[in-house]
Amino acid sequence: MTPLRQSLELGLVLCRTCGLAVSRASLGMDRRCRRCRSRIEHRTPLSTETTLAWLIAGIVFYIPANLLPVMHTSGLLGEADSTILGGILEFWRSGNWDIALLIFIASVAVPFTKFIAIGLLLLTVRKNSRWEQHQRTVLYRIVEFIGYWSMLDVIVVALTSALMQFQVLGTAEPRPGIAFFCAVVVVTMLSASSFDPRLIWDRGT
Amino acid sequence: MSTAPTPSSEEELPTPAIRNRRWIPRLVWVVPIAAAVIGISLLIRNWQNAGPHITISFLSGEGVQVGKTLVKYRDVTVGRVSDIVLSSDHETVLVSADLSKDTASLLKADTQFWIVRPRIGVGSVSGLNTLLSGVYIGLKTGTATRRERQFAGLENPPALSHGPRGRELQLHAARAGSLAIGAPVYFRQFQVGRVIDENLLPDGSTRVTVFVEAPYDGFVKAVTRFWNASGINVKLGADGLNVETESLAAVLAGGLAFDDGPTEAVPAAAGIPGEYILYKNETEAMAPPDGDPHFIRMRFAQALRGLEVGAPVEFVGVNIGSVVAVDLGYEDQDRSFPVIVTAKLYPRRMGQAYEVLAAQGKTGSDETIAAFVGTLVNRGLRAQPRSASLLTGKLYIALDFLPASPRAAFDATIRPLELPTVNGTFQELEAGVGRLVKKVNDLPLEKIARDLHVDLNDLHETLSELHDRVLPNAVDTLSALHRTLDSADRTLDGESPLQRGLTESLSEARSTLQAVHELADYLDRHPDALLRGRRPQKMPQRPAASTSEAKP
Repeated sequence: MTPLRQSLELGLVLCRTCGLAVSRASLGMDRRCRRCRSRIEHRTPLSTETTLAWLIAGIVFYIPANLLPVMHTSGLLGEADSTILGGILEFWRSGNWDIALLIFIASVAVPFTKFIAIGLLLLTVRKNSRWEQHQRTVLYRIVEFIGYWSMLDVIVVALTSALMQFQVLGTAEPRPGIAFFCAVVVVTMLSASSFDPRLIWDRGT
Repeated sequence: MSTAPTPSSEEELPTPAIRNRRWIPRLVWVVPIAAAVIGISLLIRNWQNAGPHITISFLSGEGVQVGKTLVKYRDVTVGRVSDIVLSSDHETVLVSADLSKDTASLLKADTQFWIVRPRIGVGSVSGLNTLLSGVYIGLKTGTATRRERQFAGLENPPALSHGPRGRELQLHAARAGSLAIGAPVYFRQFQVGRVIDENLLPDGSTRVTVFVEAPYDGFVKAVTRFWNASGINVKLGADGLNVETESLAAVLAGGLAFDDGPTEAVPAAAGIPGEYILYKNETEAMAPPDGDPHFIRMRFAQALRGLEVGAPVEFVGVNIGSVVAVDLGYEDQDRSFPVIVTAKLYPRRMGQAYEVLAAQGKTGSDETIAAFVGTLVNRGLRAQPRSASLLTGKLYIALDFLPASPRAAFDATIRPLELPTVNGTFQELEAGVGRLVKKVNDLPLEKIARDLHVDLNDLHETLSELHDRVLPNAVDTLSALHRTLDSADRTLDGESPLQRGLTESLSEARSTLQAVHELADYLDRHPDALLRGRRPQKMPQRPAASTSEAKP
């Protein structure tokens, strides 16, 4: 790739909030953007460490989120605790492969993708790798974008629990698993947002 | 981190700022640590909550589903089926279940498991909710101290799944009658328990296990007698028709009842506390104990139609036993077919007599009994078939003293004892009736009828004569009589001259009597008037006399 000149060499700093390129010299004592008054850093401080911390928290939360039941349904036909994977299997077996696929993508594929993607980004940044810098930036944008789609499961459980309250005929109640799953989504989103994508382009010292 | 040295070279301020920045991001590590702590604590709790894993074998796994079928104790979920496999010999189904943590103490060696399915019986309906929700596995904990993880499941639910407090009792009976599991047990018409089990013992008798709930189990004492209260007891006695039943449910499903027996202590069946004899009915239960039966045999030289097995044997009018067999024998000497009747006797039913005899040592052994019976036979003890009812023609055996009967041989060595017999009274009756019939037969009925016919002819002639001659005269006489009475009636009428004359004569007579009375009065006061005539000074009295005369 053609070596581009980096902002540091040009004495410029980018405001991550409004996208204004500010000259380093013009930054005042408070290091705030002239246009939007948000704090400007050359690189988000300790970005990789924070991202890693959130990522680890997300992975840890992901285990109980899958092991614990997310919903408890009871009714005339008996009662059952369902986990995410159990629900997917049940839908798949009963022939609703489309719903099974949707839930699988939203609650298994997406979080996994996020873990792998963020992990990959962290690893490459740490190694100051120059490998596929553009692709990695795109990957980061995707991760940031799809983060909240995993909330689909949480919304399904919330809606079902709220609507299915027919006493004897049938009731649904959330179970702790869904709280962990919600935590996974939130924590991975925080992890993604604390990552500074500019690090991808930094050249090794 | 890598940026730290660059700004510090240009400005003086960043140095403290960097320290701050370095400290704050470290705070973010609290999140994964907290997550890890939560995760590990969950794991530990899960591990702690993980209860025992048990295996239950059933003959059939109908309706049991992995992950869905629950294990319930007192209708509370305590576990879930985790696996179903066939046993290695393919004879049973092995159902594995994960139970919750606190249930380890429920799993005794004698803990019972069964599959709850809908059941409908006469007395109860159970498990209907499983029609919709699917079956579940019921659990009843045991009392053993040993813990167990492998169980053999019951095919039928135990009658008492939730173990109310009370007492279990074993009743022994020759046959259980129409008792069903769950049949009620009554104490003075109150339901106090249920039949929970029935077993056929190896000797062919029945053992019925009943459960009497607390606090009514206190009514079960050593003297308590149990009897079968199934059905309706209809008794036609001297006091009229008497219908007895414990309850309608007992009529349909059978039932047991118990009450205190006669006050004297009765040894419980088999000598074990909690084991009782189940009697056929209340009368039998309340009777004093019969003791061991003694068998006797009797040969009757007459037909005994109407004598059935079970017919009573009465000694001086007291029922002391029953006929157990009626058999036909053959005697070669006179080519006869005597009827051989075997009966069992309960000497204890003789009551006080038995006690007296026992006190004299006459009931001690078979020999003493035989010797005593021998003396009784010498005194005239005979067995005699008698008619119990002229309507049904049923017979019973009466043991009675008939001193007039011919002497009979008694062999005290034969077992069972053989009592001499006399022919039944019903035959005498028959003979009497026969004689009567013969006499009636012998009557010259035809002659009587002929004579009667002649007499009747004569009578007829006499009557027609009466009709022809006497009756017309009688009619004339009667009309004359009628006329006479008519004139008499007229004569006696109130308006007739005779009547009026009579009335006038009577009033005349009355005034005459009045005058006579006056005169007598006057003479009474003035007797001298007879001689001197009336005094003139007495004149004023005349009006008084006239007023008295006018009064009547």
